[in-house]
Amino acid sequence: MSGAFQFVVTTLPFLWQGLLVTLWVSLAVVLISLVTGGLAGIGLTYGPWWVRLPLRIFSDILRGTPLLVVIFTIYYLLPFAGLNMQPMPSVILALVAFKTAHVGEITRGAIQSIPPGQTDAGKAIGLTFAQRLRWVILPQAVRRFLPPWVNSVTDTVKGSSLVSLVGIVDLMLASQQVIGRTYEPMPVYLLAAVMYFVINYALSATSRRLETRFAYIRE
Amino acid sequence: MTDPLVRITQVKKSFGSTLVLDGVDLDVPKGEVVVVIGPSGSGKTTLLRCINALETYDDGSIKVDGVEIGFRGEPGGPRKRRSDGELARIRADIGMVFQQFNLFPHLTAVENVMLGLTKVRGMPPAQAREKALHWLDRVGLSQKTANLPSQLSGGQQQRVGIARAVAMDPKVLLLDEITSALDPELVGEVLSVVRGLAAEGMTMVVVTHEMTFARDVGTQLVFMDHGHKIAEGPPNEILRRSDNERLRSFLSRIEFRQDG
Repeated sequence: MSGAFQFVVTTLPFLWQGLLVTLWVSLAVVLISLVTGGLAGIGLTYGPWWVRLPLRIFSDILRGTPLLVVIFTIYYLLPFAGLNMQPMPSVILALVAFKTAHVGEITRGAIQSIPPGQTDAGKAIGLTFAQRLRWVILPQAVRRFLPPWVNSVTDTVKGSSLVSLVGIVDLMLASQQVIGRTYEPMPVYLLAAVMYFVINYALSATSRRLETRFAYIRE
Repeated sequence: MTDPLVRITQVKKSFGSTLVLDGVDLDVPKGEVVVVIGPSGSGKTTLLRCINALETYDDGSIKVDGVEIGFRGEPGGPRKRRSDGELARIRADIGMVFQQFNLFPHLTAVENVMLGLTKVRGMPPAQAREKALHWLDRVGLSQKTANLPSQLSGGQQQRVGIARAVAMDPKVLLLDEITSALDPELVGEVLSVVRGLAAEGMTMVVVTHEMTFARDVGTQLVFMDHGHKIAEGPPNEILRRSDNERLRSFLSRIEFRQDG
């Protein structure tokens, strides 16, 4: 028993460093893609055809491609285009592009679930497009947006483990490095799994609370 | 003689290959209540929605207080769609009440009425609240101001809808079948509010199936069918003495309500 305890104490600091990277990457991707995906969703819903068409193509391609392929494509192909990026910005770009497509579709779906009468009513009292979005459409769309979006956030945390494949020492790669030195794969993977689970469980629990908070809008 | 508040001239509109408005003329003088009746698909709701640019029209002209609604520039000349900001300013002076109420479900009754006052009129919240409470009191809802729409009956929701529209001090009020989605016993409370507004001289264009209401409140009755204006005149004349066959057949199919 004390041996197992000793093992955790010695390996935890290494895993902890990796966990911080995982959290940092996830947070950056979630925040950036919330903005870019939100804008993409608004563009997909309300934009003229020359906005919608490129967004539609972008979204369909990225949603139809495995995340790992997106990461490798950007990491290995951008240098050929004359863009030399460090691994970290390169994978964040890949994750953000991937997530923007998903969050864009979630946003579009949430906005389109609001009955057109709401837009009519907003227009009728003289609200501009931006005011209708801000005061009428988005406050109602939030409720439809949250559950799938939190799902996508947990996907981001899990998907961020793929950044280990381009050499970034996140929780995944840190675990593998510890295993390389200790030759004890089971306890280390178990520890890493617990960490991933705690993060995502906390997110899901928060999501359920938010859903209750926004349940005031009844159909 | 001064120009009518709303002047509709030869308005045409099609949805795809269907012509829904085929050259409609209509004048609404200030202070009058023009009631538009007709079978479904006659184009009456589309005409109403054109007046505050919820629908575009392909040809002709709609002016409210001298301002062309759908386009910049005169008919005949180059016509440019109005910008979002221009449309918003025009619509702020035209009130509309909807068949399905269309209240904002995330806002309380008083907040529904306040939204246009604060965001469009730029009123300070305290002043907007006071005005909203005044109008909710006028429509008999002073006890329900903090309720969400989902906590109100259909008749109550529609009265909030009326308060939301009139609180903006519109030049003209458009009512689009405002009792059609209501249970019969709730129709009276909504129509009595409209009667009060008519008595105070509010200019209105009303699309309705309530013939008794049309006769009592309307100063002018317009019958539309297939995108055309078939007949118009004082309600009693139209309803009793019309010799137009399509109008007669429409009226014979409508049940007269005595409680309207």
